[in-house]
Amino acid sequence: MFLNLKTAVAAIALSAVAGTVFARDLVINFDDLNPGPKKGFEDAVEMFKAENPDINVIVNINDREAHKTAIRNFLTADAPDVTSWYPGNRMAPFVDAGLFQPVDDVWEENGFSEDLSAIKATMSRDGKIWGVPYSYYQWGIYYRKDIFGLLELEEPQTWDELLAACGKMKENGVTPFTIGTKFLWTAAGVFDYINLRTNGYDVHNALTAGEIKYTDPRIVATFDNWEQLINECGFVDNHASMSWQDAIAPFANGDAAMYVMGNFSVDGYKNAGLTEDQIDFMPFPTIDANVPPAEEAPADAFFIPTNAKNVEDAKKFLAFVARPDVQTEWNKTMGQLPINSKAGISDDKFIQEGFALLNGATGLAQFYDRDAPAAMAKAGMEGFQEFMLDPSKKDAILKRLDEVQAEVY
Amino acid sequence: MTHAVLPDTNSRPEPGWLKRNKLAIAPWIFLIPALIFFSIYVVIPIFESLWLSLYKWNGLYDVDGNSTAVWVGFENYAKLWYDPNFWTSLRNNIAWLILYMLAVPLGLFIALFLNQTVTGMRFYKSMFFFPFVISQVVVGLIFGWFYNPDFGVVGTLWKAVFCEETTNILGNTTFVCSRPAPDILSSPEWATYGIIAAGLWPQIAYCMILYLTGLNNVAADQIEAARLDGAKGWKMLWYVVVPQLKPATFIAVVVTVIGALRSFDMIAIMTQGGPFGSTNVLSHYMFEVAISEYGERYGYGSSVATVLFGIMLFFISYFLWRMYQDEKGGR
Repeated sequence: MFLNLKTAVAAIALSAVAGTVFARDLVINFDDLNPGPKKGFEDAVEMFKAENPDINVIVNINDREAHKTAIRNFLTADAPDVTSWYPGNRMAPFVDAGLFQPVDDVWEENGFSEDLSAIKATMSRDGKIWGVPYSYYQWGIYYRKDIFGLLELEEPQTWDELLAACGKMKENGVTPFTIGTKFLWTAAGVFDYINLRTNGYDVHNALTAGEIKYTDPRIVATFDNWEQLINECGFVDNHASMSWQDAIAPFANGDAAMYVMGNFSVDGYKNAGLTEDQIDFMPFPTIDANVPPAEEAPADAFFIPTNAKNVEDAKKFLAFVARPDVQTEWNKTMGQLPINSKAGISDDKFIQEGFALLNGATGLAQFYDRDAPAAMAKAGMEGFQEFMLDPSKKDAILKRLDEVQAEVY
Repeated sequence: MTHAVLPDTNSRPEPGWLKRNKLAIAPWIFLIPALIFFSIYVVIPIFESLWLSLYKWNGLYDVDGNSTAVWVGFENYAKLWYDPNFWTSLRNNIAWLILYMLAVPLGLFIALFLNQTVTGMRFYKSMFFFPFVISQVVVGLIFGWFYNPDFGVVGTLWKAVFCEETTNILGNTTFVCSRPAPDILSSPEWATYGIIAAGLWPQIAYCMILYLTGLNNVAADQIEAARLDGAKGWKMLWYVVVPQLKPATFIAVVVTVIGALRSFDMIAIMTQGGPFGSTNVLSHYMFEVAISEYGERYGYGSSVATVLFGIMLFFISYFLWRMYQDEKGGR
């Protein structure tokens, strides 16, 4: 309510000052206060204002966690004209409750089906498109280039090469992988990748949509591979009491050599004192050569609430954020990847590699906890953490996940 | 109230109804503000929560502001019965209740120990009371670090005994341990006990302060008389001192039971219910299924709340009944 009050006060104050100069208000709620993303958004809004002087843009920026709570109220009580949110299953409750409106016409008029094709399936539900994405980032393996150099290792391309490289690391007293599973989701990244490489994108989607069981032989195969990774490669001890930031410490110290993570973690490595010469990025190795490559690439998007007052200008803004030149600038500032295939990218090496990786992908998963419904995601990720602590409990965990699945969907 | 009205010999006009019933009305007038707020913030939400536990609801309203809840009757309770996480939480609640009771005797012994006249005793007393003053969140954080197997006290001691300092492949200092350090907060068997130990620290201080005030009121003549009769040590404590501390003991038990059932902050700070739900208690599980990021099951969360409410109601009714009996006896 406080936020809404602030909006109202800002609106009144602005209209008092501006008088009749501004014809229309456009209220946008955004969800990231971190310096990079905030600046990227604000710059884009400035540009939009310059192009549309007749629109009075009112911006509310909240931090992510607060936004997640606030959106549940403001969509009904006092809807903005545009709000940021996430695609995949995260948008499902709002779509199902009729709180977002479809934006198929924005996609058609601007040729987004073409330029944003990789993400179209993720933005769709019930045969309609519900939002426009502005940014995403890649997941993969970040590794210590200097350790790989000392051990004379190449980037492993296949599962067997990865296991062989792990063997060599362990002989030399290096723990292959670091991870911090205290907040659960990091384990889901590892699971998603092993599953995408073992079974592919369609199985990932079918699983998170509740169409196949966790005791399905294909998912069991994923867990068997994971068990092999735990036994032959291995993760740092005590990972269940570390956050993902804590897990950077053994990586920075050289005790662990690899980290399955998203590109947002690069800042963390640099803050821990690592330079670009010491770290590098590689795609997660192939497990089954017949499975087409699919990647993990969570996207951020904008949506129009059903209760929006200024839908016309909201659609104008949505068309604006997906424009190639806007996405280029925005993502350079944010340090992420533009989704529009016509957009340019910065010369940061991780961004370059990520861009090449995602352009070659046949499918983009949003991440386990965005693709699966909340209750399933929670139970699933707890199961992953339990499995990582004790792989011998596999059968019991999978059986329990089946029970949760039967109840959730 | 008629007996309060004296026979009116003067011919003054009959006083108004308000004036005649002043004594009966005044307390209610003073109570009204409290009653209004108590019903808005406590009583009505309790009934709303009971009602909500019969619905399936993800907490959203549709465009017109109507709730999207669907009536499911007692289905949420049936689900609870088959939910292993619920039973884990309930079991942990019982562990909390039982182990938290240790705070009462431990608080008593510290109070007895501190109940002597030594220079600077006030300072020592306040030091012992200190953990109760700092926030539970801070206590949780401190114990979280204390247990940390990498840089905590536990980890450091372990390294001193079982680990060898070496240099890793890059020449940085690292430790190689003959057995891995115990990771208390990540172990499904031990984490709950680790959190209870952290919770006991401030709770013991609380019980101690209750007993210290109680000890001030212990009748010196009875101690004197008992001493003349040859009582000392444990017998003196058990038959003379403890019975006189009965009011303090009662309050200490009440606050400890309620504290154990409300244990939320420590869990939220130290483990978030993890690893994989094994340190959840009902209050945290309710939060998790209803309003945390992966929750959105308000009806189900309300049914957990209802069970917790039932347990609390049992204890609270007993305590109120006891207090009522004491008041009656005291008159």
